Amino acid sequence: MQRYSLFSLARNAVSYHERWQRAWRSPDPKPAYDAIIVGGGGHGLATAYYLAKEHGITNVAVLEKGWIGGGNTGRNTTIVRSNYLWDESAHLYEKSLQLWEGLSQDLNYNVMFSQRGVMNLGHSLQDMRDIVRRSSANRLNGIDSEVLTPEQIKELVPIIDISSQARYPILGASFQRRGGVARHDAVAWGFARGADARGVDIIQNCEVTGIQRENGVVTGVETSRGIIKAPKIGVVAAGHSSVIADMAGIRMPIESHPLQALVSEPLKPVLHTVVMSNGVHGYVSQSDKGELVVGAGIDSYIGYGQRGSLSVIEGNVAAIIELFPIFSRVRMLRQWGGIVDVCPDACPIIGKMPLGGLYFNCGWGTGGFKATPGSGWVFAHTIAQDRPHALNEAFSLERFTSGALIDEHGAAGVAH
Amino acid sequence: MLIIECPWCGPRDQTEFSYGGEAHIVRPLQPDTLTDAEWADYLFMRSNTKGRYREQWCHAHGCRRWFNAERDTVTYRIDSVYKVGETPPEPKQ
Repeated sequence: MQRYSLFSLARNAVSYHERWQRAWRSPDPKPAYDAIIVGGGGHGLATAYYLAKEHGITNVAVLEKGWIGGGNTGRNTTIVRSNYLWDESAHLYEKSLQLWEGLSQDLNYNVMFSQRGVMNLGHSLQDMRDIVRRSSANRLNGIDSEVLTPEQIKELVPIIDISSQARYPILGASFQRRGGVARHDAVAWGFARGADARGVDIIQNCEVTGIQRENGVVTGVETSRGIIKAPKIGVVAAGHSSVIADMAGIRMPIESHPLQALVSEPLKPVLHTVVMSNGVHGYVSQSDKGELVVGAGIDSYIGYGQRGSLSVIEGNVAAIIELFPIFSRVRMLRQWGGIVDVCPDACPIIGKMPLGGLYFNCGWGTGGFKATPGSGWVFAHTIAQDRPHALNEAFSLERFTSGALIDEHGAAGVAH
Repeated sequence: MLIIECPWCGPRDQTEFSYGGEAHIVRPLQPDTLTDAEWADYLFMRSNTKGRYREQWCHAHGCRRWFNAERDTVTYRIDSVYKVGETPPEPKQ
């Protein structure tokens, strides 16, 4: 792998930037691998990267039906935080946040992780009670969190309306300073480059159409590019998890919904942190290009169409304008939808399946981007060792039978 | 944006309706004899089909009655609506 540095930049400038290596190869699939990852989004590529880096398993293929990072990895609002309520999820997301903090150096790829802080607003007495509770729970778990007064919010975000005349007045907020945003495409590309350099085959335009099994164990997958054998198959298919599970005869507690987001025309810097509100439902940050990145809620109906209804956007934009009256004349440039795999308890499923050699990492719902490195890290451990890591043990499919659900609807941040 | 045809009120805007998820999930008749796995299947497991899907809708801001619809979850096109208790119409080709 060609290392990126100031010197490599200078050297390539001399040759008019025509001699940069491709960041990853585009190999044909081999007939067999030690492990197959289904899904070439951030989580799948991170899994392959950590399988190679942490566990020495390099004979791995990542199968992607479209192009890498073309699904939810490129369709989210890039927010990274770890302020979850329960111990299980707090530890998992905090592991991920710690990996984010060293990710650009680890991958030798600038993922533009910017710890500009994430603010969750409260609009009612109950909101504030929940915020204080969650903030305290975070601190007990060693996760940074502060509770802000409206005046402190105004100091950090001067354009916000904290007046008592607002329809839903702002009473306070929780604030995680280590939270922030990252460049989503760079995350997929960085993990792809790192995995490829360690020998992982990234195979795009290769759709899985069936899962082969014998005597209760998986033996390989049928794809649009032929049959590929492997004793271990890790599925990281986000919105299409139920479709793949159905091929293996497994029922999932997942429903796939459209989740929309939109960006505005570029503005001068006005918003230096990430502001989220569960109460009026909206979240917004400003990208380095100056665009406002606005996230909406999910559409109530099941949808695989990567688009949602305008009514959701209308409600979302109304909330944003209520919080930031200055944005009322901002023009929106584009809008899109992703397919999110929502679990009943708003927590992921990461673990072994009833079929031997089959592993699923899914159910991240509306908040998977922040977990990308941590999710790949624990899933690689699960596949390599054939047992979950302590961090993802609680996130088994079995919890829906045992009843040990982890209710994170409050911290999930997106209205379901 | 969907236009949904309520079997009682006719075609109305999607914003008048609330969604009720997968249709034809039968409540267990003898809940005390169910195993944990059967409970999990009834409470949490869903078909989540990509393609033609039978689902429940409620005309929440209209007649407030529940009904079923058969909709394609990729194109979002609604093929038919039918009342609760009715047999779903044969799929149109």
